[in-house]
Amino acid sequence: MRKFLLTGLTLVVGVVFIVRLLQLQVLNTSYQKLSDNNAILAISEYPERGFIYDRNRKLLVANQAAYDVMIIPENVIPFDTLAFCTLVNITKKTLINNLKKARRFSKRLPSVIVNQISKETYAKLQEQMWKYEGFFIQKKSLRDYQINFGANILGYVSEVNNNDIKKDNYYQPGELIGRQGIEKSYEKELRGEKGKRFLQKDRFNRIIGDYKNKSYDIEPKVAKDIQLTLDATLQKYGEFLMQNKRGGIVAIEPSSGEILALISTPSYNPNLLVGRDRSKNYRKLAGDTLAKPLFDRGLQALYPPGSPFKTLNALVALQEGVITHETKFKCNKGHYYARGAFMECHCGQGSRNDLLKGIYNSCNTFFANTYKRIIEKYETPEKGLNQWNEHLKSFGLGNYLGYDLSIGKKGFIPNAAYYDQWYSKGAWKAATIISNAIGQGEVLTTPIQLANFTAAIANRGHYYTPHFLRSVSGDSIPQKFVQKKTSIDPKHFELVIDGMHKVVEKGTARIARIKDIEVCGKTGTAENFTKINGIRTQLTDHSIFVAFAPKDDPKIALAVFIENGYWGGRWAAPIASLMIEKYINGEVKRSWLEKRMVDGDLSSEYEKPYSGKPFKINE
Amino acid sequence: MNKSFYRLDWITIALYLALVSYGLINIYSTNYNENSSLFNFSIPVGKQFLFFVVSIIVAVVILITKAKVFERFASIFYLISILSLIGLFIFGKKISGATSWYTFGGIGIQPSEFAKVTTALAVSKILSEIQVNLKKIKFLFQIGFIIALPVILIILQPDPGTALVFVGFFFVLFREGLNVIFLLVVIGLIFFFILALVAPIPFIFASIITLLISMYFFSKKLNKKASLLPYLLVIFLSCGYVYSVDYIFNTVFEQRHRDRINIILGKELDSQGIGYNINQSKIAIGSGGWDGKGFLQGTQTKGDFVPQQHTDYIFSTIGEEWGFYGSSLVVLTFCFLIIRILYKTENLKNKFARIYGHSLASILFLHFFINIGMSLGLVPTIGIPLPFISYGGSSLLAFSCLLFIFLNLDANRLNE
Repeated sequence: MRKFLLTGLTLVVGVVFIVRLLQLQVLNTSYQKLSDNNAILAISEYPERGFIYDRNRKLLVANQAAYDVMIIPENVIPFDTLAFCTLVNITKKTLINNLKKARRFSKRLPSVIVNQISKETYAKLQEQMWKYEGFFIQKKSLRDYQINFGANILGYVSEVNNNDIKKDNYYQPGELIGRQGIEKSYEKELRGEKGKRFLQKDRFNRIIGDYKNKSYDIEPKVAKDIQLTLDATLQKYGEFLMQNKRGGIVAIEPSSGEILALISTPSYNPNLLVGRDRSKNYRKLAGDTLAKPLFDRGLQALYPPGSPFKTLNALVALQEGVITHETKFKCNKGHYYARGAFMECHCGQGSRNDLLKGIYNSCNTFFANTYKRIIEKYETPEKGLNQWNEHLKSFGLGNYLGYDLSIGKKGFIPNAAYYDQWYSKGAWKAATIISNAIGQGEVLTTPIQLANFTAAIANRGHYYTPHFLRSVSGDSIPQKFVQKKTSIDPKHFELVIDGMHKVVEKGTARIARIKDIEVCGKTGTAENFTKINGIRTQLTDHSIFVAFAPKDDPKIALAVFIENGYWGGRWAAPIASLMIEKYINGEVKRSWLEKRMVDGDLSSEYEKPYSGKPFKINE
Repeated sequence: MNKSFYRLDWITIALYLALVSYGLINIYSTNYNENSSLFNFSIPVGKQFLFFVVSIIVAVVILITKAKVFERFASIFYLISILSLIGLFIFGKKISGATSWYTFGGIGIQPSEFAKVTTALAVSKILSEIQVNLKKIKFLFQIGFIIALPVILIILQPDPGTALVFVGFFFVLFREGLNVIFLLVVIGLIFFFILALVAPIPFIFASIITLLISMYFFSKKLNKKASLLPYLLVIFLSCGYVYSVDYIFNTVFEQRHRDRINIILGKELDSQGIGYNINQSKIAIGSGGWDGKGFLQGTQTKGDFVPQQHTDYIFSTIGEEWGFYGSSLVVLTFCFLIIRILYKTENLKNKFARIYGHSLASILFLHFFINIGMSLGLVPTIGIPLPFISYGGSSLLAFSCLLFIFLNLDANRLNE
């Protein structure tokens, strides 16, 4: 027994070791994965974000290099702090704080010490880097807006949050995502596809080289550049005209549905949402609940359309055959549309208006009667109203238009079910809902819907889904933005267009006339209300104008509205006219009108409801 | 000389060369970079190679030396060795907390490694003297002193890991006739030690009492005269021992000792602190799979995740890069080497050579058991090298001496 003790023990230990090896190496695979996590670092490589151009290939958005000064605390040796602070322009206190923070985070991993230094500072610092052991400069890419307008269209880029990561597992914390506008809509094209690099780490998490000679690495996919339908010159000009006024302009090329300009004022410089002060600036913009600079009035503002809506009612009536070009209605400064219910009109006593006159004089009486005929054409008002509703929906009203930005409002076109619920079934008739005739009442539209139906009129019966994307990296886009026909026969349009032409020639918008360009338009004035201390209070009317030009070969259709601008011809029509002149002629000759628009300041109007004092409207 | 040359155990020499080469390959891999070369003497693999060459020269010198010399000068070697250990307290260099080194121009010599060789010689010499009888207390003390002296000096450095290896001489003494009681007591002490740490004290007390009382009644059935006294004595002693282990563990031991033992007993899972070494070593070995990641391909090894990987944790490199096949081969090679030495030893007529052979096998076994056991997470962290494979010049040279002295004695077994 003594002879074999050690031999026996050796054998037992040998067997135990081999069983243990079998268990660790073969039976238990979790150690394999642990080792991979442990020793291999997968880092993402990002392609440079795509550029954004306007329709004339003017560069709107590019990238700029930003430089962060980084340190690895354990490598830092004492250095001349004063010289460093002067160089990168920070206070010594900030430096000491950041150094402390970095050391607390990790001694071995890099931390940012100075955020986003300028190119000039970078150049100076680069030369002196050797003095600062443990410091290095990390390059990163930021958006560089070449323009100071169009922020509402372009959107911005910021770090992903938890929700984004949950929604799309492509994203990792710290990565960037397009937040609004084009940056959001075309995020996939603009960002490209990130690649992966595998690095070998040591136990201090230090990188010691490529893992297996890069054989597992995935190359990033290059991001695509995007060309927009936007005309940067027109966009800029529109924002220039709109200064000190709240409102929106939407301009569309009728023959393609391409959006030429989308202006929402007040706006902001897109560069505010880049770099060091992004979140501070964003908070400031989001906190402005009165002027609401982040609210895109062109896409999101819902208003009763007012008089421009009359053109649609005329078209529906012609299509339904309830009026002809000869139909005339008598107007005595308005008319009784029901017993005891009078609708005012600015026509003179004893006027008799046909459709053409009805449009260019914007006669309420004419359209009230026309609307009554539409509703009463069928045996019940329900059927009449639903028929009317269908026609209007074919113009893209009451629903999302399908353009390529992610914000918008449906608007509202009432149908029979709506009034049945409101008044109970059978308890309403044409007279009850007569306000719809003149674009008041229950009808709600957004400015882009106004511009879109104007484009449909300009096209004599069809429109293309409005959109911003012209091409992606040179390739033309797939036919996503298709032609849509309205339910109105093209032959009915000429009469309405004639009326709209007369509006500018001798009607309510003579100020919009442009030499050598036949402009068609329709003014509008929309009543609006707000609540002051819980009391519904009427404010100064909105000024609205829709237009297209030239009459026979429309190049541009647009809708302009100015909050509390009083009447259509006051602000909206001249601004629309200047936009048309700028777009078609390339320059504006009527500088007196331009000056009047630019100088126009409605700030006092916007302050009224918040002054706390009684105020007059429409003055 | 010529005859004994042919009687050399070439199989053992082949095993030795295989293990050293395997060691060089794995040291090369643990510290691999573009400057790595066997002939770059500023990096571990180069130094190790240099010591290998020196070891071979020393081995040849040992083989041509007359066998009798080792027996005759055993006491002198032992004395020199003890003096060199004492000298450390004056001239030694402190490396990672222990004064275990003399340094000569960048090369460190660790006398404790050579103390194993000289102690083995001294123990063999004393035990082989004719009048020695391990049943007698006097000789037990004499032998005990010879072993304890270097152990105490090494513990004082402090290097308890190396000192622990001297426990291997217990096997030698046992082989040479130490009372079986000692074996039972040692096993019992280890068993109760672990039990005291894993199980609650009242439970152990209850088990011991139940077991021994039932044993008493069982023996009473066989033999009416059986006395209760020895059983009560054992109960009393074992309970006292368990209690004192618990007490010592919790009050006398320092936290790091407790941690090391707790990790092994699975009582604590702390993969970043004290358990880091063991955990990383297990990850490295575990990630090897059947056939490993390949030479120089170990991600854990390259990442330097396992501390002291080229010295005490060399086995984790083997496990990661050579997989189950490569690491079992090492285990089997060691088993084969130890058993072959034991087999050769049992055939020796010369008592000095036999005891020496046994000492060699015991020391090898202890290193093999503790080092690989530690890498596999079966034994608490005790920093001792894997013979012939781990990086360390003194260790390689000392083990080479240890082995080749035995080969000399074995080759000259007939020259009595």
